[in-house]
Amino acid sequence: MRRFLEAARELLQRVGNFDKKTRRVQVAVSDYLISHWGWYPLLVHTLMALLAAALVLLVIAGGSVLFIWMERKVAGRIQDRLGPTRVGGKFGWLQTIADGIKLLSKEDLCPAGADTLLFRIAPYVAFCASYGSFIALPFATGWVGLDINVAVFFVVAVLGLEVFGVILAGYASASKWSLFGAMREAAQVISYEVPLGLCIVIPVMIAGTMDLTKIGNLQAGWFTNWYLFHDPFTFITFFVYYTCALASVNRAPFDLAEAESELVAGFHTEYSGLRWSFFFMAEYGSMFLVSALGSVLFLGGWNGPFPLAQWIFGQHASELSGFSFVIANLLGLMAFMLKAVVAVTVMMWIRWTLPRLRIDQVITTCWKYCTPIAAVMFLGVITWQLFGLPSGGDVLPYHQQGVRRLPGALREGPFDTAEVLYAPKKDMLPAPKDSAVDARWHARARLASDRKGE
Amino acid sequence: MGEINGHALLFLFFGLLTCLFSLAVVFSANVVRMAFYLILALAATSGLHFLAGADFVGAMQLVLYVGGTLVLLVFGVMLTAQNPFVSLRTAGGDWIVAALVGGILLVILIPVAFQVGLPPSEASLMDRRAERETVVSTEPVSVPTATRIGLGLLGVPGDDVSGYLLPFEIISIHLLVVLVGAAYLARAKRRVASDARGGVESGVAESE
Repeated sequence: MRRFLEAARELLQRVGNFDKKTRRVQVAVSDYLISHWGWYPLLVHTLMALLAAALVLLVIAGGSVLFIWMERKVAGRIQDRLGPTRVGGKFGWLQTIADGIKLLSKEDLCPAGADTLLFRIAPYVAFCASYGSFIALPFATGWVGLDINVAVFFVVAVLGLEVFGVILAGYASASKWSLFGAMREAAQVISYEVPLGLCIVIPVMIAGTMDLTKIGNLQAGWFTNWYLFHDPFTFITFFVYYTCALASVNRAPFDLAEAESELVAGFHTEYSGLRWSFFFMAEYGSMFLVSALGSVLFLGGWNGPFPLAQWIFGQHASELSGFSFVIANLLGLMAFMLKAVVAVTVMMWIRWTLPRLRIDQVITTCWKYCTPIAAVMFLGVITWQLFGLPSGGDVLPYHQQGVRRLPGALREGPFDTAEVLYAPKKDMLPAPKDSAVDARWHARARLASDRKGE
Repeated sequence: MGEINGHALLFLFFGLLTCLFSLAVVFSANVVRMAFYLILALAATSGLHFLAGADFVGAMQLVLYVGGTLVLLVFGVMLTAQNPFVSLRTAGGDWIVAALVGGILLVILIPVAFQVGLPPSEASLMDRRAERETVVSTEPVSVPTATRIGLGLLGVPGDDVSGYLLPFEIISIHLLVVLVGAAYLARAKRRVASDARGGVESGVAESE
């Protein structure tokens, strides 16, 4: 027993004290298992990967259960009803579970004229796309399935595949309602993807990195450091992003592919039981995902509205170590989840408030309004950065610097100053500490001096 | 040791998936199924990219081929299809041409595959461009690939070398011209519509 406690303490220490650059829990735990318990590395890495996958699956499945319940409650309240009140107590807590059991017991049908293989596979394609994009989404500093430095790009790329599941389902069903749904979906995709991409590029440009963990940590401190309040252009960009994100997850007013009042049930008309529910797990999963992505890009991610960790521990959460790091990160996780869930709730609110758009209205909204607005905002943010105009973060202390003043950063140091997670002092660009950056910096300087010598 | 084994195992897995689905593309007759297998093959290829640490290229592969092109392909098939499930029969001549082109590509690719990993020759080291590349290649793998690609494309800040900025700009302008041209060709032709049809119909055509 005592040995076990000691091992647990050691492990906790490691979780807090591991490499400050990557901050990955999996790395710490697997290193511990390999070095102390002598486990076979391949087994440990497989186990850690499975564990991360299971946790992400829990977020999607648990999230869907919660969101479906919330959807009913929110819909009920907006329409002046109570929503579910019977199953599982006063607030109908177990309504989703009851639905799940009902769906499990339904017959799995496949229409006679359908392309059986594609029909059966389509729900999994949609679900896997939604699930796969969660891999690169950080939930707090270092609490991420796979820490890749192009995380933003990866998430958007993989989430884009969900559309393919919908189109396949519509096509393979051999039903005109489904086919109409798929056609609408395809037309919708080509209209929202451009403004969505433009909106996502803007915070990436301000941060100077595509690493979601770094983007989140660059917004540490007071809420004025959030990119939402960076300048007026980013403030508008967030709402354009939210509109396009709404379109990308097929939520009303952009639920044309489903359109239950026109197309029976659109692309999933022919589906039943568990396969049908996979589409909805995918939908709620991606709703959470785009909300979480928006909260990392614009709403400070896991940073609360005020620098709590700074007050309690004297340092930002990403700088802490040991037990205080775990505590600070847990608080950050709560802030992150809260932001994402609020954004999802607003999506529900919008769904039960606005009527569905026609396809030409969707295309008009995306191409004629969102795209030009996003493009102008993009130029505006470039100009703001170019002239180093004051950002919202200048109002309050604990300002986050990063490569905010890009031209200056370009003159004084390499791009990798974005590696610096937290810089409490203003207007001071730290010298590159990291050895990799250092080596490159010297190599480059050497090259420059060689040239001058010629 | 264990890690190397895992890496090799995953490489084998993704490589086999790519080959399998590529063959499935060739041998299936249904267009949409072909597109589906092509997606799986390309996604497995992007898995290989991720495995090699080129995550930017991998994500790019997903966005461009899987996300963009194939959605358009399926959209096109759905718009143009006359019967529910379009199927293609490949003629004998097409097989020969395809085998020829594929064979030539294979002949080119196999020597290239065996050349990778050899150190650069002395002649190339004398070249100025090669010197830049060796400077880049001394960096450890931990430096983000996206940064390296960006610096390589647009030039290193502080250096007087401009990278591929000019070709990049020329291509962007070219694409813009193509886009404007496509929009011009696809716009509603008002005069023709109002001549050929009645007033109400031309109004509909214009609003579209």
